[in-house]
Amino acid sequence: MELFTNQVLAGIATGAIYACMALAVVMIYQAIDHLNFAQGEMAMFSTFISWQLMQWGVPYWAAFVITLAFSFVAGIAIERILFKPLTKAPVLTNVAGFIALFAIINSSAGLIWDFTIKQYPTPFGSAPFLGSQLISTHQAGMIGVTVLLLLGLYFFFQYTRIGLAMRAAASVPESARLVGINTSWMIALGWGMATAIGSIAGMLIAPVVFLEPNMMGGVLIYGFAAAVLGGLSSPFGAVVGGFLVGVFENLAGTYIPGVGNELKLPIALALIISVLVVKPAGLFGRHIVKRV
Amino acid sequence: MTTLLNVKDLRAYYGQVQALHGLSFSLNEGSLVTLLGANGAGKTTTLRAICNMVRSTGGIEFDGKPLNNRSTESIVRFGIAHVPQGRGTFTTMTVEENLQLGAITRKDSAGIVSDIERMYAHFPVLKQRHTQQAGTLSGGEQQMLAVARALMLRPRLMLLDEPSFGLAPLVVRDLFGILGKINREDKVSILVVEQNAQLALELADQAYVIETGRIVMSGNAKDIANNEEIRKSYLGY
Repeated sequence: MELFTNQVLAGIATGAIYACMALAVVMIYQAIDHLNFAQGEMAMFSTFISWQLMQWGVPYWAAFVITLAFSFVAGIAIERILFKPLTKAPVLTNVAGFIALFAIINSSAGLIWDFTIKQYPTPFGSAPFLGSQLISTHQAGMIGVTVLLLLGLYFFFQYTRIGLAMRAAASVPESARLVGINTSWMIALGWGMATAIGSIAGMLIAPVVFLEPNMMGGVLIYGFAAAVLGGLSSPFGAVVGGFLVGVFENLAGTYIPGVGNELKLPIALALIISVLVVKPAGLFGRHIVKRV
Repeated sequence: MTTLLNVKDLRAYYGQVQALHGLSFSLNEGSLVTLLGANGAGKTTTLRAICNMVRSTGGIEFDGKPLNNRSTESIVRFGIAHVPQGRGTFTTMTVEENLQLGAITRKDSAGIVSDIERMYAHFPVLKQRHTQQAGTLSGGEQQMLAVARALMLRPRLMLLDEPSFGLAPLVVRDLFGILGKINREDKVSILVVEQNAQLALELADQAYVIETGRIVMSGNAKDIANNEEIRKSYLGY
Protein backbone atom coordinates (compact mmCIF):
# COMPACT_ATOMS: atom_id res chain seq x y z
CA MET A 1 0.00 0.00 0.00
CA GLU A 2 2.81 2.36 0.88
CA LEU A 3 4.46 1.62 -2.45
CA PHE A 4 1.21 2.43 -4.21
CA THR A 5 0.71 5.76 -2.37
CA ASN A 6 4.33 6.60 -2.95
CA GLN A 7 4.05 5.94 -6.70
CA VAL A 8 0.81 7.92 -6.99
CA LEU A 9 2.31 10.94 -5.22
CA ALA A 10 5.48 10.76 -7.30
CA GLY A 11 3.22 10.50 -10.34
CA ILE A 12 1.35 13.63 -9.33
CA ALA A 13 4.66 15.46 -8.93
CA THR A 14 5.94 14.61 -12.41
CA GLY A 15 2.38 14.92 -13.66
CA ALA A 16 2.51 18.58 -12.60
CA ILE A 17 5.38 19.08 -15.01
CA TYR A 18 3.54 17.27 -17.81
CA ALA A 19 0.55 19.44 -17.04
CA CYS A 20 2.65 22.58 -17.52
CA MET A 21 4.08 21.31 -20.81
CA ALA A 22 0.65 20.23 -22.01
CA LEU A 23 -0.79 23.60 -21.08
CA ALA A 24 1.96 25.39 -23.00
CA VAL A 25 1.32 23.19 -26.03
CA VAL A 26 -2.44 23.74 -25.83
CA MET A 27 -2.08 27.51 -25.49
CA ILE A 28 -0.12 27.73 -28.71
CA TYR A 29 -2.37 25.17 -30.39
CA GLN A 30 -5.41 27.25 -29.52
CA ALA A 31 -3.80 30.37 -30.92
CA ILE A 32 -2.37 29.06 -34.20
CA ASP A 33 -3.74 25.52 -34.66
CA HIS A 34 -0.30 23.92 -34.74
CA LEU A 35 1.57 21.71 -32.29
CA ASN A 36 4.78 23.32 -31.13
CA PHE A 37 7.34 20.51 -31.41
CA ALA A 38 9.99 22.87 -30.07
CA GLN A 39 8.16 23.57 -26.80
CA GLY A 40 10.48 21.25 -24.88
CA GLU A 41 13.63 22.71 -26.38
CA MET A 42 12.46 26.21 -25.57
CA ALA A 43 11.93 25.11 -21.97
CA MET A 44 15.35 23.46 -21.92
CA PHE A 45 17.04 26.62 -23.20
CA SER A 46 15.28 28.70 -20.56
CA THR A 47 16.45 26.27 -17.91
CA PHE A 48 20.02 26.68 -19.12
CA ILE A 49 19.64 30.46 -18.86
CA SER A 50 18.60 30.12 -15.22
CA TRP A 51 21.49 27.72 -14.59
CA GLN A 52 23.93 30.16 -16.17
CA LEU A 53 22.58 32.98 -14.01
CA MET A 54 23.09 30.87 -10.91
CA GLN A 55 26.62 30.03 -12.06
CA TRP A 56 27.21 33.78 -12.10
CA GLY A 57 26.06 33.96 -8.52
CA VAL A 58 22.43 35.05 -8.91
CA PRO A 59 20.27 33.52 -6.13
CA TYR A 60 17.77 30.81 -7.14
CA TRP A 61 14.51 32.76 -7.00
CA ALA A 62 16.01 35.83 -8.66
CA ALA A 63 17.28 33.61 -11.47
CA PHE A 64 13.83 32.00 -11.63
CA VAL A 65 12.09 35.35 -12.12
CA ILE A 66 14.65 36.67 -14.61
CA THR A 67 14.31 33.45 -16.59
CA LEU A 68 10.53 33.81 -16.64
CA ALA A 69 10.85 37.32 -18.02
CA PHE A 70 13.46 36.22 -20.56
CA SER A 71 11.28 33.32 -21.70
CA PHE A 72 8.24 35.55 -22.07
CA VAL A 73 10.11 38.00 -24.28
CA ALA A 74 11.84 35.22 -26.22
CA GLY A 75 8.51 33.52 -26.91
CA ILE A 76 7.08 36.74 -28.31
CA ALA A 77 10.22 37.27 -30.40
CA ILE A 78 10.02 33.75 -31.86
CA GLU A 79 6.39 34.30 -32.83
CA ARG A 80 7.06 37.71 -34.40
CA ILE A 81 10.16 36.64 -36.32
CA LEU A 82 9.46 33.04 -37.31
CA PHE A 83 5.75 32.20 -37.11
CA LYS A 84 3.93 35.45 -37.86
CA PRO A 85 5.25 35.35 -41.45
CA LEU A 86 3.97 31.74 -41.67
CA THR A 87 0.41 32.57 -40.60
CA LYS A 88 -1.10 31.81 -43.99
CA ALA A 89 1.43 29.15 -44.96
CA PRO A 90 0.40 25.49 -45.35
CA VAL A 91 0.58 23.09 -42.39
CA LEU A 92 3.79 21.41 -43.54
CA THR A 93 5.60 24.73 -43.79
CA ASN A 94 4.72 25.36 -40.18
CA VAL A 95 5.83 21.87 -39.18
CA ALA A 96 9.14 22.51 -40.92
CA GLY A 97 9.40 25.77 -38.98
CA PHE A 98 8.89 23.98 -35.68
CA ILE A 99 11.44 21.31 -36.52
CA ALA A 100 13.94 23.98 -37.57
CA LEU A 101 13.33 25.79 -34.30
CA PHE A 102 13.83 22.52 -32.42
CA ALA A 103 17.14 21.86 -34.14
CA ILE A 104 18.39 25.43 -33.81
CA ILE A 105 17.69 25.66 -30.09
CA ASN A 106 18.99 22.17 -29.33
CA SER A 107 22.25 22.76 -31.19
CA SER A 108 22.74 26.25 -29.81
CA ALA A 109 22.37 24.94 -26.27
CA GLY A 110 24.90 22.21 -27.06
CA LEU A 111 27.25 24.76 -28.58
CA ILE A 112 27.02 27.18 -25.66
CA TRP A 113 26.85 24.77 -22.72
CA ASP A 114 27.98 21.44 -24.30
CA PHE A 115 26.20 18.12 -23.93
CA THR A 116 27.54 16.94 -20.59
CA ILE A 117 25.02 16.35 -17.83
CA LYS A 118 24.87 19.09 -15.21
CA GLN A 119 23.51 19.13 -11.68
CA TYR A 120 20.65 21.55 -11.22
CA PRO A 121 19.76 22.86 -7.76
CA THR A 122 16.41 22.64 -6.07
CA PRO A 123 15.23 25.45 -3.83
CA PHE A 124 13.11 23.04 -1.83
CA GLY A 125 15.76 20.52 -0.84
CA SER A 126 15.25 16.79 -1.18
CA ALA A 127 14.52 15.80 2.40
CA PRO A 128 11.36 13.80 3.14
CA PHE A 129 8.37 16.15 3.01
CA LEU A 130 6.96 16.85 6.51
CA GLY A 131 8.87 13.86 7.82
CA SER A 132 7.01 11.51 5.52
CA GLN A 133 8.90 9.03 3.36
CA LEU A 134 6.14 9.17 0.76
CA ILE A 135 7.22 12.31 -1.04
CA SER A 136 10.26 14.59 -1.07
CA THR A 137 10.20 18.33 -0.46
CA HIS A 138 11.19 18.93 -4.07
CA GLN A 139 8.29 16.85 -5.33
CA ALA A 140 5.97 18.75 -3.00
CA GLY A 141 7.49 21.98 -4.31
CA MET A 142 6.85 20.90 -7.92
CA ILE A 143 3.19 20.33 -7.10
CA GLY A 144 2.93 23.54 -5.10
CA VAL A 145 4.46 25.80 -7.75
CA THR A 146 2.31 24.22 -10.45
CA VAL A 147 -0.87 24.66 -8.45
CA LEU A 148 -0.02 28.33 -7.83
CA LEU A 149 0.70 28.79 -11.53
CA LEU A 150 -2.58 27.17 -12.53
CA LEU A 151 -4.57 29.30 -10.09
CA GLY A 152 -2.86 32.42 -11.42
CA LEU A 153 -3.62 31.47 -15.01
CA TYR A 154 -7.23 30.66 -14.17
CA PHE A 155 -7.63 34.06 -12.55
CA PHE A 156 -5.93 35.78 -15.47
CA PHE A 157 -8.09 34.20 -18.17
CA GLN A 158 -11.34 34.32 -16.24
CA TYR A 159 -11.24 37.73 -14.60
CA THR A 160 -8.99 40.10 -16.52
CA ARG A 161 -9.89 41.97 -19.67
CA ILE A 162 -6.71 40.99 -21.46
CA GLY A 163 -7.39 37.34 -20.58
CA LEU A 164 -10.89 37.70 -21.99
CA ALA A 165 -9.47 39.29 -25.14
CA MET A 166 -6.98 36.44 -25.55
CA ARG A 167 -9.73 33.84 -25.22
CA ALA A 168 -11.85 35.72 -27.74
CA ALA A 169 -8.98 35.99 -30.22
CA ALA A 170 -8.33 32.24 -29.96
CA SER A 171 -11.96 31.17 -30.29
CA VAL A 172 -13.38 33.43 -33.03
CA PRO A 173 -10.56 35.54 -34.51
CA GLU A 174 -12.73 37.43 -37.00
CA SER A 175 -15.26 38.51 -34.38
CA ALA A 176 -12.41 39.43 -32.08
CA ARG A 177 -11.04 41.81 -34.70
CA LEU A 178 -14.52 43.26 -35.14
CA VAL A 179 -14.69 44.27 -31.49
CA GLY A 180 -11.27 45.90 -31.82
CA ILE A 181 -8.93 43.22 -30.48
CA ASN A 182 -5.51 43.11 -32.08
CA THR A 183 -5.54 39.33 -32.59
CA SER A 184 -2.03 39.22 -33.97
CA TRP A 185 -0.60 40.56 -30.71
CA MET A 186 -2.83 38.27 -28.69
CA ILE A 187 -1.15 35.34 -30.45
CA ALA A 188 2.27 36.77 -29.64
CA LEU A 189 1.23 37.20 -26.02
CA GLY A 190 0.05 33.57 -25.97
CA TRP A 191 3.50 32.50 -27.21
CA GLY A 192 5.17 34.56 -24.50
CA MET A 193 3.02 33.03 -21.78
CA ALA A 194 3.37 29.48 -23.11
CA THR A 195 7.15 29.87 -23.22
CA ALA A 196 7.22 31.18 -19.67
CA ILE A 197 5.06 28.27 -18.47
CA GLY A 198 7.38 25.85 -20.25
CA SER A 199 10.39 27.43 -18.56
CA ILE A 200 8.80 26.80 -15.15
CA ALA A 201 8.36 23.15 -16.10
CA GLY A 202 11.98 22.99 -17.21
CA MET A 203 13.35 24.55 -14.04
CA LEU A 204 11.24 22.28 -11.82
CA ILE A 205 12.10 19.03 -13.59
CA ALA A 206 15.82 19.78 -14.11
CA PRO A 207 16.84 18.60 -10.60
CA VAL A 208 15.14 15.28 -11.39
CA VAL A 209 16.28 14.56 -14.95
CA PHE A 210 19.53 16.63 -14.76
CA LEU A 211 20.34 19.47 -17.08
CA GLU A 212 21.43 18.74 -20.65
CA PRO A 213 20.23 19.77 -24.13
CA ASN A 214 18.07 16.67 -24.60
CA MET A 215 16.50 16.71 -21.16
CA MET A 216 13.02 17.72 -22.33
CA GLY A 217 12.58 15.18 -25.14
CA GLY A 218 10.77 12.61 -23.03
CA VAL A 219 8.98 15.22 -20.96
CA LEU A 220 7.49 16.83 -24.08
CA ILE A 221 6.20 13.49 -25.34
CA TYR A 222 4.42 13.01 -22.02
CA GLY A 223 3.18 16.56 -22.36
CA PHE A 224 1.77 15.76 -25.81
CA ALA A 225 0.18 12.60 -24.42
CA ALA A 226 -1.38 14.68 -21.65
CA ALA A 227 -2.66 17.30 -24.09
CA VAL A 228 -4.15 14.68 -26.40
CA LEU A 229 -5.67 12.78 -23.48
CA GLY A 230 -7.29 15.90 -22.04
CA GLY A 231 -8.23 17.29 -25.42
CA LEU A 232 -6.17 19.77 -27.42
CA SER A 233 -8.98 22.30 -27.30
CA SER A 234 -9.19 22.34 -23.52
CA PRO A 235 -6.56 23.95 -21.24
CA PHE A 236 -8.35 22.41 -18.27
CA GLY A 237 -8.21 19.01 -19.96
CA ALA A 238 -4.49 19.43 -20.61
CA VAL A 239 -3.86 19.96 -16.92
CA VAL A 240 -5.98 16.99 -15.84
CA GLY A 241 -4.35 14.93 -18.60
CA GLY A 242 -0.92 15.89 -17.26
CA PHE A 243 -1.64 14.59 -13.78
CA LEU A 244 -3.32 11.44 -15.15
CA VAL A 245 -0.38 10.66 -17.42
CA GLY A 246 2.08 11.21 -14.57
CA VAL A 247 0.27 8.81 -12.26
CA PHE A 248 -0.42 6.30 -15.02
CA GLU A 249 3.20 6.28 -16.09
CA ASN A 250 4.43 5.58 -12.58
CA LEU A 251 1.89 2.87 -11.81
CA ALA A 252 2.51 1.14 -15.13
CA GLY A 253 6.26 1.24 -14.49
CA THR A 254 5.78 -0.29 -11.05
CA TYR A 255 3.04 -2.84 -11.50
CA ILE A 256 3.08 -4.01 -15.10
CA PRO A 257 5.86 -6.62 -15.38
CA GLY A 258 8.45 -5.86 -17.99
CA VAL A 259 7.67 -2.16 -18.30
CA GLY A 260 10.05 -0.82 -15.68
CA ASN A 261 11.79 2.43 -16.51
CA GLU A 262 12.78 1.44 -20.03
CA LEU A 263 9.32 1.03 -21.54
CA LYS A 264 7.64 4.00 -19.89
CA LEU A 265 8.03 6.22 -22.94
CA PRO A 266 6.41 3.79 -25.41
CA ILE A 267 3.48 3.73 -22.99
CA ALA A 268 3.04 7.47 -23.49
CA LEU A 269 3.05 6.96 -27.25
CA ALA A 270 0.62 4.06 -26.96
CA LEU A 271 -1.61 6.32 -24.91
CA ILE A 272 -1.55 9.03 -27.60
CA ILE A 273 -2.53 6.54 -30.28
CA SER A 274 -5.25 4.89 -28.18
CA VAL A 275 -6.86 8.23 -27.36
CA LEU A 276 -6.74 9.35 -30.97
CA VAL A 277 -8.42 6.12 -32.05
CA VAL A 278 -11.02 5.83 -29.31
CA LYS A 279 -11.85 9.42 -28.41
CA PRO A 280 -10.11 11.86 -30.77
CA ALA A 281 -11.44 14.96 -28.97
CA GLY A 282 -9.88 13.77 -25.70
CA LEU A 283 -11.54 13.54 -22.30
CA PHE A 284 -12.46 17.22 -22.12
CA GLY A 285 -12.38 18.10 -25.81
CA ARG A 286 -14.89 20.80 -26.46
CA HIS A 287 -18.36 19.78 -27.42
CA ILE A 288 -19.57 23.04 -28.87
CA VAL A 289 -23.29 23.39 -28.33
CA LYS A 290 -24.60 25.20 -31.34
CA ARG A 291 -27.99 26.13 -32.57
CA VAL A 292 -28.57 27.60 -35.96
CA MET B 1 -26.77 67.33 -42.01
CA THR B 2 -23.17 66.19 -42.11
CA THR B 3 -21.94 63.21 -44.03
CA LEU B 4 -20.64 60.51 -41.68
CA LEU B 5 -19.63 57.84 -44.16
CA ASN B 6 -18.62 58.58 -47.70
CA VAL B 7 -17.74 55.76 -50.07
CA LYS B 8 -16.34 56.64 -53.46
CA ASP B 9 -15.62 54.41 -56.43
CA LEU B 10 -15.17 51.32 -54.24
CA ARG B 11 -13.77 48.26 -55.97
CA ALA B 12 -13.26 45.03 -54.06
CA TYR B 13 -11.60 41.75 -55.00
CA TYR B 14 -11.65 38.14 -53.82
CA GLY B 15 -8.38 36.87 -55.25
CA GLN B 16 -8.66 37.61 -58.98
CA VAL B 17 -12.42 38.01 -58.92
CA GLN B 18 -13.73 41.55 -58.76
CA ALA B 19 -16.86 41.76 -56.60
CA LEU B 20 -17.49 45.51 -56.51
CA HIS B 21 -17.18 47.66 -59.62
CA GLY B 22 -16.88 51.28 -58.53
CA LEU B 23 -19.58 51.70 -55.95
CA SER B 24 -20.34 55.10 -54.42
CA PHE B 25 -22.74 56.09 -51.70
CA SER B 26 -22.91 58.14 -48.55
CA LEU B 27 -24.59 58.11 -45.19
CA ASN B 28 -25.58 61.14 -43.14
CA GLU B 29 -24.93 61.38 -39.43
CA GLY B 30 -27.90 60.00 -37.50
CA SER B 31 -29.59 58.38 -40.48
CA LEU B 32 -30.56 54.81 -41.14
CA VAL B 33 -29.54 53.65 -44.59
CA THR B 34 -30.21 50.31 -46.21
CA LEU B 35 -28.35 48.55 -48.99
CA LEU B 36 -30.63 46.24 -50.93
CA GLY B 37 -29.99 43.72 -53.62
CA ALA B 38 -30.17 40.08 -54.60
CA ASN B 39 -27.83 37.31 -53.48
CA GLY B 40 -24.29 37.93 -54.67
CA ALA B 41 -24.92 41.57 -55.55
CA GLY B 42 -22.07 42.70 -53.30
CA LYS B 43 -23.88 43.90 -50.18
CA THR B 44 -21.81 41.90 -47.70
CA THR B 45 -18.65 42.71 -49.61
CA THR B 46 -19.41 46.41 -49.25
CA LEU B 47 -19.63 46.12 -45.48
CA ARG B 48 -16.51 43.96 -45.35
CA ALA B 49 -14.62 46.48 -47.48
CA ILE B 50 -15.53 49.30 -45.09
CA CYS B 51 -13.89 47.31 -42.26
CA ASN B 52 -10.96 46.28 -44.46
CA MET B 53 -11.77 42.59 -44.32
CA VAL B 54 -11.50 42.23 -48.07
CA ARG B 55 -8.98 43.76 -50.49
CA SER B 56 -10.37 46.94 -51.99
CA THR B 57 -9.48 50.20 -53.72
CA GLY B 58 -11.30 53.52 -53.77
CA GLY B 59 -12.12 56.06 -51.12
CA ILE B 60 -13.78 55.29 -47.81
CA GLU B 61 -14.07 58.28 -45.51
CA PHE B 62 -15.51 58.22 -42.02
CA ASP B 63 -16.19 61.61 -40.47
CA GLY B 64 -13.79 63.12 -42.99
CA LYS B 65 -10.95 60.70 -42.19
CA PRO B 66 -9.82 58.08 -44.69
CA LEU B 67 -10.21 54.46 -43.53
CA ASN B 68 -8.27 52.79 -46.32
CA ASN B 69 -5.26 50.68 -45.35
CA ARG B 70 -6.14 50.64 -41.69
CA SER B 71 -6.45 47.32 -39.90
CA THR B 72 -9.92 46.03 -39.04
CA GLU B 73 -9.30 46.43 -35.31
CA SER B 74 -8.21 50.05 -35.65
CA ILE B 75 -11.25 50.89 -37.79
CA VAL B 76 -13.44 49.59 -34.97
CA ARG B 77 -11.79 52.13 -32.68
CA PHE B 78 -13.21 54.96 -34.83
CA GLY B 79 -16.60 53.90 -33.48
CA ILE B 80 -17.71 51.58 -36.25
CA ALA B 81 -19.40 48.43 -34.98
CA HIS B 82 -19.91 45.64 -37.49
CA VAL B 83 -22.45 42.88 -36.87
CA PRO B 84 -21.30 40.29 -39.39
CA GLN B 85 -23.33 37.79 -41.31
CA GLY B 86 -23.83 34.74 -39.10
CA ARG B 87 -23.69 37.08 -36.07
CA GLY B 88 -20.10 36.30 -35.07
CA THR B 89 -21.12 35.12 -31.62
CA PHE B 90 -18.38 33.96 -29.24
CA THR B 91 -20.26 30.71 -28.79
CA THR B 92 -18.12 29.20 -26.04
CA MET B 93 -18.35 32.25 -23.82
CA THR B 94 -21.18 33.48 -21.67
CA VAL B 95 -23.68 36.10 -22.77
CA GLU B 96 -22.16 38.60 -20.37
CA GLU B 97 -18.63 37.92 -21.60
CA ASN B 98 -19.86 38.56 -25.14
CA LEU B 99 -21.14 41.96 -24.03
CA GLN B 100 -17.88 42.76 -22.24
CA LEU B 101 -15.99 41.88 -25.39
CA GLY B 102 -18.07 44.44 -27.28
CA ALA B 103 -16.63 47.09 -24.97
CA ILE B 104 -13.10 45.70 -24.90
CA THR B 105 -11.62 48.87 -26.45
CA ARG B 106 -13.25 51.14 -23.87
CA LYS B 107 -11.49 52.28 -20.71
CA ASP B 108 -14.44 53.55 -18.62
CA SER B 109 -15.29 50.53 -16.49
CA ALA B 110 -18.22 52.26 -14.75
CA GLY B 111 -19.72 53.17 -18.12
CA ILE B 112 -19.31 49.57 -19.30
CA VAL B 113 -21.19 48.23 -16.28
CA SER B 114 -24.07 50.66 -16.77
CA ASP B 115 -24.15 49.93 -20.52
CA ILE B 116 -24.49 46.22 -19.83
CA GLU B 117 -27.53 47.03 -17.69
CA ARG B 118 -28.86 49.21 -20.52
CA MET B 119 -28.53 46.29 -22.93
CA TYR B 120 -30.40 44.05 -20.52
CA ALA B 121 -33.16 46.65 -20.49
CA HIS B 122 -33.25 46.70 -24.31
CA PHE B 123 -33.12 42.89 -24.50
CA PRO B 124 -34.57 41.35 -21.32
CA VAL B 125 -33.98 37.82 -22.61
CA LEU B 126 -30.22 38.44 -22.46
CA LYS B 127 -30.46 39.28 -18.78
CA GLN B 128 -32.25 36.01 -18.08
CA ARG B 129 -29.45 34.15 -19.82
CA HIS B 130 -26.43 36.22 -18.86
CA THR B 131 -24.43 33.29 -17.44
CA GLN B 132 -25.41 30.92 -20.22
CA GLN B 133 -23.02 29.86 -22.98
CA ALA B 134 -23.87 32.12 -25.92
CA GLY B 135 -23.85 29.20 -28.37
CA THR B 136 -26.91 27.76 -26.64
CA LEU B 137 -29.07 30.80 -27.44
CA SER B 138 -31.65 30.59 -30.21
CA GLY B 139 -30.95 32.31 -33.51
CA GLY B 140 -33.06 35.32 -32.62
CA GLU B 141 -31.45 35.65 -29.21
CA GLN B 142 -28.02 35.42 -30.77
CA GLN B 143 -28.93 38.21 -33.17
CA MET B 144 -30.07 40.35 -30.23
CA LEU B 145 -26.78 39.52 -28.51
CA ALA B 146 -24.84 40.51 -31.63
CA VAL B 147 -26.62 43.87 -31.80
CA ALA B 148 -26.12 44.41 -28.07
CA ARG B 149 -22.45 43.47 -28.37
CA ALA B 150 -22.03 46.02 -31.17
CA LEU B 151 -23.77 48.72 -29.12
CA MET B 152 -21.39 48.09 -26.21
CA LEU B 153 -18.75 49.87 -28.30
CA ARG B 154 -20.91 53.02 -28.08
CA PRO B 155 -20.55 53.19 -31.83
CA ARG B 156 -21.25 56.20 -34.03
CA LEU B 157 -22.02 53.90 -36.91
CA MET B 158 -23.38 50.38 -36.82
CA LEU B 159 -23.05 48.07 -39.82
CA LEU B 160 -25.55 45.24 -39.87
CA ASP B 161 -25.28 42.35 -42.29
CA GLU B 162 -28.66 40.71 -42.89
CA PRO B 163 -29.98 40.85 -39.35
CA SER B 164 -33.19 39.13 -40.44
CA PHE B 165 -31.41 36.06 -41.80
CA GLY B 166 -32.85 32.80 -40.48
CA LEU B 167 -35.19 34.48 -38.01
CA ALA B 168 -38.93 33.99 -37.60
CA PRO B 169 -40.98 36.92 -38.99
CA LEU B 170 -42.16 38.00 -35.56
CA VAL B 171 -38.64 38.04 -34.19
CA VAL B 172 -37.55 40.10 -37.20
CA ARG B 173 -40.30 42.68 -36.49
CA ASP B 174 -39.11 42.89 -32.90
CA LEU B 175 -35.50 43.29 -33.88
CA PHE B 176 -36.19 45.96 -36.46
CA GLY B 177 -38.29 47.84 -33.92
CA ILE B 178 -35.32 47.87 -31.56
CA LEU B 179 -32.98 48.99 -34.35
CA GLY B 180 -35.26 51.93 -35.12
CA LYS B 181 -35.35 52.84 -31.45
CA ILE B 182 -31.56 52.67 -31.15
CA ASN B 183 -31.24 54.90 -34.20
CA ARG B 184 -33.67 57.52 -32.87
CA GLU B 185 -32.87 57.48 -29.17
CA ASP B 186 -29.17 56.66 -29.00
CA LYS B 187 -28.36 58.63 -32.17
CA VAL B 188 -26.46 55.71 -33.67
CA SER B 189 -26.23 55.89 -37.46
CA ILE B 190 -27.04 52.56 -39.04
CA LEU B 191 -26.13 50.98 -42.36
CA VAL B 192 -28.11 47.79 -42.80
CA VAL B 193 -27.78 45.25 -45.57
CA GLU B 194 -30.96 43.30 -46.23
CA GLN B 195 -32.63 40.86 -48.55
CA ASN B 196 -35.94 41.50 -46.86
CA ALA B 197 -36.43 44.73 -48.82
CA GLN B 198 -39.96 45.46 -47.70
CA LEU B 199 -39.09 45.53 -44.05
CA ALA B 200 -35.82 47.39 -44.54
CA LEU B 201 -37.56 50.11 -46.58
CA GLU B 202 -40.13 50.64 -43.84
CA LEU B 203 -37.35 51.26 -41.37
CA ALA B 204 -34.79 53.21 -43.41
CA ASP B 205 -34.54 56.87 -44.36
CA GLN B 206 -32.43 56.27 -47.41
CA ALA B 207 -31.94 53.25 -49.65
CA TYR B 208 -29.46 52.10 -52.24
CA VAL B 209 -30.02 49.18 -54.57
CA ILE B 210 -26.97 47.17 -55.62
CA GLU B 211 -26.76 44.90 -58.61
CA THR B 212 -23.59 42.98 -59.57
CA GLY B 213 -21.32 45.28 -57.62
CA ARG B 214 -22.78 48.62 -58.73
CA ILE B 215 -25.35 51.00 -57.31
CA VAL B 216 -28.27 50.96 -59.74
CA MET B 217 -30.76 52.99 -57.77
CA SER B 218 -30.80 55.30 -54.81
CA GLY B 219 -33.19 57.60 -53.05
CA ASN B 220 -35.58 58.17 -50.24
CA ALA B 221 -36.71 54.85 -48.79
CA LYS B 222 -40.40 55.79 -48.96
CA ASP B 223 -40.13 56.78 -52.62
CA ILE B 224 -38.46 53.52 -53.54
CA ALA B 225 -41.02 51.53 -51.59
CA ASN B 226 -43.81 53.35 -53.41
CA ASN B 227 -42.36 52.96 -56.87
CA GLU B 228 -43.87 49.78 -58.21
CA GLU B 229 -41.53 49.55 -61.19
CA ILE B 230 -38.40 49.58 -59.04
CA ARG B 231 -39.93 47.17 -56.61
CA LYS B 232 -40.78 44.69 -59.32
CA SER B 233 -37.57 44.88 -61.29
CA TYR B 234 -35.02 45.05 -58.46
CA LEU B 235 -36.57 44.06 -55.19
CA GLY B 236 -38.88 41.26 -56.23
CA TYR B 237 -41.96 42.00 -54.22
